[in-house]
Amino acid sequence: MRAYIATRLATAVLVILGVSLVSFLLTFLTGDPAEIMLPPGATENQITAFRAAWGFDDPLPVQYWRFLRRAVHGDFGVSLRHGQSSLPLIAARLPATLQLTVTAMLLAIVLAVPLGVLAAANRGSTIDLLAMGVALLGQSVPNFWLAIMMILLFAVSWGVLPTSGRGGLAHVVMPAAAIAINLMALLTRLVRTTMIEVLTEDYVRTGRGKGLRELAVVTRHALPNALIPLVTVVGLQFGYILGGAIVIETVFTWPGVGLFTMQAILNRDYPVVQASVFILATAVVLINLTVDLLYVWLDPRIRVG
Amino acid sequence: MIRAHLWSSFRLVRRSPLAGVGALIVGLVMVAALAAPLLVTSDPIDQDLTVVLRPPFWMEDGSVRHPLGTDHLGRDVYSRLVYGARISLTISVLAALLGAAAGVAAGLVAGYLGGWVDTVIMRIVDLNLAFPLILLALAVVALLGASLRNLVIVMAITTWMIYARVVRGLTLALREQELVQAIRALGAHDTRIIARHVLPNVLPAVMVIWTLEVARVILMESALSFLGLGVPPPTPTWGRMLAEGRDYLVVAGWISIFPGIAIMVTVLGINFLGDGLRDLLDPRLRQQT
Repeated sequence: MRAYIATRLATAVLVILGVSLVSFLLTFLTGDPAEIMLPPGATENQITAFRAAWGFDDPLPVQYWRFLRRAVHGDFGVSLRHGQSSLPLIAARLPATLQLTVTAMLLAIVLAVPLGVLAAANRGSTIDLLAMGVALLGQSVPNFWLAIMMILLFAVSWGVLPTSGRGGLAHVVMPAAAIAINLMALLTRLVRTTMIEVLTEDYVRTGRGKGLRELAVVTRHALPNALIPLVTVVGLQFGYILGGAIVIETVFTWPGVGLFTMQAILNRDYPVVQASVFILATAVVLINLTVDLLYVWLDPRIRVG
Repeated sequence: MIRAHLWSSFRLVRRSPLAGVGALIVGLVMVAALAAPLLVTSDPIDQDLTVVLRPPFWMEDGSVRHPLGTDHLGRDVYSRLVYGARISLTISVLAALLGAAAGVAAGLVAGYLGGWVDTVIMRIVDLNLAFPLILLALAVVALLGASLRNLVIVMAITTWMIYARVVRGLTLALREQELVQAIRALGAHDTRIIARHVLPNVLPAVMVIWTLEVARVILMESALSFLGLGVPPPTPTWGRMLAEGRDYLVVAGWISIFPGIAIMVTVLGINFLGDGLRDLLDPRLRQQT
């Protein structure tokens, strides 16, 4: 168990190092970072001065080492557009993104678990068919299109929800739903499949044999075990949720990291893009690490293996 | 051979009617993409400012000349949709193929050789999985430029890991099989063993993943295009049509509604097909995909 945790931690550190390398190398994709960071009309002199000032003339390993050393201290350079250090700019927008993504994840779970359980408990029934239909549609719908259709319906036609921005609870509903839809679909199928398996296990039969009501069998005995894979999948999908946030924040002009990063990408504000890629990917690694450790704690069977 | 193919397609449709529906949808989209010039009512790029924002034919002021209406530049929505299928299919099929080739190779090598090669490959997989893929794709496409080739490469980078993981797992198991061990003991070359005994056994799984990945890549490509980083204009793409229609949502909702439906129906069809294939070829994959 201790060895497992140690290995898992070491892997996470290694992957974060890799993440830093990729974030660093992003600006070198086209060969010359000075060229992409400066406006198109820059003169030869400006480019030379810029290169010298940013240390782009040093050998790559030297530059990477400098990038890493600064990154450890939270210094990812100054935003070319905002003239401020990029990390605080991103940190200031993190709560908005967290609010959105956590709401979306909760929404997905809250909808998917009952739907999946109902479908599994009534396998082959109309409810099952309906749940699977919803899941299949939810898996195939482009979330940004759903977002626009929701805006058209709830904001423009009925005027019950605000079209964009961040404010009260009403502002969160549509963006969170748009991010949640694909995950909800995935989780519904997952819960259904695992529940169907769990419901055939011996201890569930025993529960029924004891004369427990079906509701008690399903919710108290079967559900807890069916939820274990759910934890892993939700954790693994965190990166996907963050990706969804980038698109959906842009649609709703939700003032989070996603919208900010998207603007930085379009403005070629690479210190911000680097910082944002590094932070978001590191967050994904840490979440997955937490989930793996949580998993060991949740399911004692894994500790042995 | 052909009879065997027909027979297995027949089995697929009989076992899973949804897979049949999926095959039908995918077939239609493929026909649209291939025969686009024959199917359209007007040139998809031609602007005609005398007919801007015309509604679909069943609405008042609509005409069969522009069956699904026109956009803000008077371009025919239906014709743009048909041509848009080309971009979606080309990018997703090519990217999924490229990703599959890279991922299968990586998975075979990692699983078969094991040791440090395995460790290195699997850490790269972990690393790649850590990035929100769309973020990586956006950043790279913004830097390299949004050409068809770049989009295919970038999308492939977001898909190879899935094959690598599954193929590695299967290869690990296959390597331990007595048959493979025996052939190895007889002195067969590793590449020969991989090509003759391992690869054929992982292909059904690869095919299932490939199908489902094509669907995922279509969604991602349309998102990129929606955000302005897809194949550049004037080439019509579903994602950009959707984005362009946003400003006219209230007066001309059809500009955004139809491309969305096209994406959803195509992805749905491919998912139906993928699910059916999975149940037929390799039910064990249910857990992993």
